[in-house]
Amino acid sequence: MSQIFRRSANTFTRATIFGTLFILGFAGWAIDRLSRSDYATRATQARQQPVPFSHAHHVGGLGVDCQYCHTTVETSAFANIPPTKTCMNCHSQIWSTSPTLEPVRASFRTNQSIRWTRVNDLPDFVYFNHSIHVNKGVGCETCHGRVDRMPLTYQMNSLQMEWCLECHRNPEKFVRPREFITTMGYQPSGDQEVIGRKLVAEYKIQNARTLTSCSTCHR
Amino acid sequence: MADDRQVIDAPSKKIIAPGYTFGTVTDQIASVVLTRKTPYVVMGTFAVAMGLLLIFLLAVGLLLTKGVGVWGLRGPTMWAWDITNFVWWVGIGHAGTLISAILLLLNQQWRNSINRFAEAMTIFAVACAGMFPILHLGRPWLMYWLFPYPNTMGIEPNFRSPLVWDVFAVSTYATVSVLFWYVGLMPDLATLRDRSEHRALKVTYGFLAMGWRGSAKHWAVYETASLLLAGLATPLVLSVHTVVSLDFTVGIVPGWHSTFFPPYFVAGAIYSGFAMVLALAIPLRSVYGLKGLITERHLDNAAKVMMATGLIVGYSYIMEAFSAWYSGNVYEQAAMWNRMTGPYKYQYWVLVACNVIAPNALWFKKVRSNTVVLFIWSLIVLVGMWLERFVIIVASLAQDNLPSSWRVFESTRWDWATYLGTIGLFLFLFLLFIRLLPMISIFEVRTLLPQAKIKEDSRG
Repeated sequence: MSQIFRRSANTFTRATIFGTLFILGFAGWAIDRLSRSDYATRATQARQQPVPFSHAHHVGGLGVDCQYCHTTVETSAFANIPPTKTCMNCHSQIWSTSPTLEPVRASFRTNQSIRWTRVNDLPDFVYFNHSIHVNKGVGCETCHGRVDRMPLTYQMNSLQMEWCLECHRNPEKFVRPREFITTMGYQPSGDQEVIGRKLVAEYKIQNARTLTSCSTCHR
Repeated sequence: MADDRQVIDAPSKKIIAPGYTFGTVTDQIASVVLTRKTPYVVMGTFAVAMGLLLIFLLAVGLLLTKGVGVWGLRGPTMWAWDITNFVWWVGIGHAGTLISAILLLLNQQWRNSINRFAEAMTIFAVACAGMFPILHLGRPWLMYWLFPYPNTMGIEPNFRSPLVWDVFAVSTYATVSVLFWYVGLMPDLATLRDRSEHRALKVTYGFLAMGWRGSAKHWAVYETASLLLAGLATPLVLSVHTVVSLDFTVGIVPGWHSTFFPPYFVAGAIYSGFAMVLALAIPLRSVYGLKGLITERHLDNAAKVMMATGLIVGYSYIMEAFSAWYSGNVYEQAAMWNRMTGPYKYQYWVLVACNVIAPNALWFKKVRSNTVVLFIWSLIVLVGMWLERFVIIVASLAQDNLPSSWRVFESTRWDWATYLGTIGLFLFLFLLFIRLLPMISIFEVRTLLPQAKIKEDSRG
C-alpha cells in the first residue's frame, strides 16, 4: 500500500496546530487592544464644532472658572452647555467683529441656539447624574482631563464601564476637597489615600457595594 | 474482500453472535460507510430530518428578528419549552457518557458494540441542548458575556449563580465528549482509510486518522488516553445534570427548592438517555442488519438500566409529593397540589403514567425481548421525561408566589417549530454520522471475539 501523505505532512500538521494557537492568541490580543483603543472609544479625538471654541484659551489662558459658563454642574443631572448670552457677556465688547464668531452673534440675533457637537456622551442605558459626582468631590479634571490644555475639546477617557468602575470601586483614590473641584492640575496636599478616605467618610460616599450595584447606574 | 463477505444478521443472546471473525466484523461495519448505496428508509428519514431542520432555521430566524416573545414566554412564565427542551436534550446525552465512560471503567464488555453511536448521540444531543439556553437569552449574539473574559465592562459573570455553573458544566461536557469520541474513532478512521478505494476518501479519512498506524506504541498511548478521558467523563455523568438541577433548586420557587433534585435529575437523565439509545439502536440494527453485533442481550441490558433508573425516578415523584406534605410548608403543598389538580394536571398524570407505571412492564422478559414493544416503550419514556421537565418548570412558574401575576402558559407554533426543529437537527447529524463514520467501534468489537482471547489464555 502506497503512502497517502508525504513525510512533510507531519511538519505541516505541527505547524498548523501551533500556528492556529498563535493566530487565535494574536486575534484575541488584537480584539482586546482594539476594543479599548481611542479609535473605538473616540477618546482624545477633537470634534468639529460650529465655532472653534478653545478651552485652552479661555480656561488656561484667561483663567475663566469652569462654572462661569457651566452653571448647573453642581445642581443638575445634566451639565449644561452655556447659552449664547454667556458668550456675549464678553464678546459683545471684545472680538465683536471677528468673522470666526459670526455664528455666535447670529445665534444671539436670531435667538437660535448654536448646535454644538456633544463630546462626552454616555450610552442611553446609563443613568448618570452630574451633580452628585461634583458634590461628592469628583473634580472636573478627574473625568474631563486637563481641559485648560485643550485647544479643541475632546473626550479624555474611554467612558467604558471598566473606567466608571475604577472609581466606583475605589472612590478614595480619586476624590478631592470640594473647594478644589474646578482646579486644573490639582495636587493633593499629602497622601491621596489618607485624604481620600477622610473625604469619603466626610462626604458620606456610599460603600463600593452600593456604588457597584447594577441598579446604581442601570435603572 | 467484497466477494467472500458473509454478513451475520442472526439474533443472539450473547454480546456477539457466534461465527464472526476479525475480518467479517470489520467488513460488516465498514461496508455501511464504504458503499454508494444508502437504504431507502435512511434516505426517507434524512429527508424528514432536513425538513425539520429547515423549520428550525425558520423558527430561529424569526426569533432573532422578533425576540423571544414569538415563543409562549409571558410573565411570570419566562422559562417554558426552551428550558424544558434544554434539560431534556442534556439528559438524553447522559446515557452515551455512562456507556462510554462508566461501563468502560467497570469493564462491561457489552458496551463495546453500542458505545460509538451512543457517544455520537451524546454530542448531538448536547448540541441541540446548547441551542436553547443561548436562544432564550433575548440577545443571543451577546452569549459570549456568559464567559469570564477580559472585557471593557470591568465585570465578570456572577459565579454565585447556578446559571453560570451551567455554562461551565455543559461546555466541559461537550468538550470531553467530543474528545473521547474522536480519540476512540481514530483506529477505525485508519481502518476506513486503508479500506477506501477512492483517493479523496483515502485522504479525508487519512487526515482524520492523524497518522494512526496501529503500532504497539500507538495502542499504548491510546489506552492511556482513553482511560484518562473515561476518568474525566465519569464524574461528568453525575455532575452535569446535578448542575442543571441546581438551576432550579437554588431558586426559592415552590416545587423547585428541594435537596433531592440532583440524584433525581441524574436518574431521570440516564433513564431518558437509555430510552434514546434503544430508540436509535432498534431501527438501526434492523435496517443495517446488525442483529449479530447489537444483540438481544444489549437491548435487554439497556432495558434493565432503563427500568432501574425509571424506578428511581418514580420513587423521586413519590418523595417529591411526600416531602411537600411533610414539610408543612403551605406553598410547597400548594405547588404540589397545583401540579396534580391544576391547569397542568393532564401533563402531570400522563408523565406519571409514562415514568412510574410504564417502566414496570420491563420487569417481564417478554416485553424486554420484543423489539417492537421495546421501541414503543422507549418513545413513551422520552415523552414522559419531556413532560416531567415541562411540569416542573412551567407549573411552578405559572403559579408563583404572586397570585395577581398568575397566567396559564400557552405554547405557540414557534415553540413547536423550535422543539421539532432540534429533533430534525439531531436526526440530521446522526444520520450523517452513520453514513460517514463507523457507527460501531470496529476494533473494540473485535476484542469481544473468542479469537481475541487466545493469547491471554496461553500466557496465563
